[in-house]
Amino acid sequence: MSRALEEAAAPPRLAFRAPQFSAGVLLALPAVLILVVLYAVPLARLMASSFVGPSGLGFEAYDRILGDPYGRSLVWNSVRLGALTTVVALIVGYPAAFGLAFARGALRSLFLASLFLPLAASVIVKSFAWSTLMRSHGVVNGVLMTLHLTHAPIRLLFTQFSLISGAVNIFLPFMILPIYTVVAQIDPILTEAAATLGASPARAFMRVVAPLSLPGVVAGVSIVFSLSVSAYVVPTLLMGESYPTLATTIARAFLLLRDPALGSAAGAILMAIGLVVVVLSRRFGEGDVGR
Amino acid sequence: MTAAFARSLAIAMMALASLFLLAPLVVIALSSLSPTPVFDLPLGGASLRWYAALGSLDGLWPALFLSLEIAILSTAVSLAIGTLAGIAIVRRIVPGADILAAAATSPLMMPGLVLGIALLQYFRSLGLVQTWTSLLLAHLVVTLPFVARTMIAGLSRFDFTLIDAARTLGCSFMSSIWRVMVPALAPAYLIAALFSFLASMDNYPVSIFLTDARAKTLPVKMLQYIEESPDPSIAALSTLILVATLTLLLVADRTIGLHRLAGLEG
Repeated sequence: MSRALEEAAAPPRLAFRAPQFSAGVLLALPAVLILVVLYAVPLARLMASSFVGPSGLGFEAYDRILGDPYGRSLVWNSVRLGALTTVVALIVGYPAAFGLAFARGALRSLFLASLFLPLAASVIVKSFAWSTLMRSHGVVNGVLMTLHLTHAPIRLLFTQFSLISGAVNIFLPFMILPIYTVVAQIDPILTEAAATLGASPARAFMRVVAPLSLPGVVAGVSIVFSLSVSAYVVPTLLMGESYPTLATTIARAFLLLRDPALGSAAGAILMAIGLVVVVLSRRFGEGDVGR
Repeated sequence: MTAAFARSLAIAMMALASLFLLAPLVVIALSSLSPTPVFDLPLGGASLRWYAALGSLDGLWPALFLSLEIAILSTAVSLAIGTLAGIAIVRRIVPGADILAAAATSPLMMPGLVLGIALLQYFRSLGLVQTWTSLLLAHLVVTLPFVARTMIAGLSRFDFTLIDAARTLGCSFMSSIWRVMVPALAPAYLIAALFSFLASMDNYPVSIFLTDARAKTLPVKMLQYIEESPDPSIAALSTLILVATLTLLLVADRTIGLHRLAGLEG
């Protein structure tokens, strides 16, 4: 009896910890296996194979990309596509996310549906539909001519304008949704408190709301940049071969040229860009779990 | 600038963004009614001939079924695996929970083509040449981050003491999971399933390296159609998918509320 009492009185913490820990490992094991066997190992092998050239180990494949002007233009085209798309999406998406957070009822449902619904249409079909809008007898030129902003159709398709506007069109929901999630959780009492303490609305925004919205901005920027820097379908359908990027080079190297070393090197450079984004976003997002 | 004016300005911006986002969908839906074989807005007359043409489109149905099969299976497996890992991460009962969370969501930021060629070389070196199996394995990596991200967000808002409470009140362990945890996580499951299903259905950059001439997934087949003969039959197919998704969104809005779903999409 007294033994039982002693056992019951003993702190249960330590007794619980050990089995809980191993249960946790078991729960996480399938996901860890997938991430190691189907993700980390293949990527590490790709990294390694990019150092293997016809003449043995070396940086030959990298030299073919980073060592000549055409190769460097591939990197530049990719980064430019990513950067411009991200900047435009942020300029449009940041205020829009607040608009979404302010909206109520049917308007909010309508806005949210307009963010979710495009995800159901294939990127391929949306890019193609965007290219039809940009044709010389397409809708955009029709509107410009009706408004007498131009007399003859402007060439839009296969221009930077159609590329960036198309990329923003496809990736904008990935900017608005994370910012909205964070903004919607900001307690309105905070801005009221700032106002009570004498801050103007603009000052309350700059000092209270803007810093609180930062994790959403970091999440949106990192996702939109990493999606658009490596986009393949969008530049292919909206620019064709006039805008070669790292992504289009990977596809050409493997599917057409049968030059895996070149494709792997382009892939490794793109992967390095992706890793930089992951590291930066964790640094600025302060390691927030789930964002 | 007053606060009320700033609010209206922000709402106006979102309204413009909505129109901008819906524009290509309107083009797709209208083009599907085109009476001519040109993928463009129909001027003068509408016809359903491209919907009828879907039935006889070469190779479309096998591609659609293959994509559905891979998307449903990979989503189901990822949901199970992602939820288990999500519990371990959120409850911090696994060493390196933060690193695991970052690793599980990082494929979202990894370029799809890079993952595609990495898996192509890897599967070849292992002697795995079967299209179906390699597609399914690859799509697990495509869908898992969507599930992990949403389930971690959903689980971190779930109060695990509710399970203890239910057990104190006489529920068995299984029935406390089934009657307390599952209903509370239903919105997270719905959004995780939707996003990972769509990510798999629409995946081109990974699938292109793993499909062959005989077995193609829907996006691979669609890009081939568009590059060969861009007639409105692809628009008709997309319109059908859009209508199905719109119905699902209406139901989700009525039962759960879209804003609750969007709250999980951090």
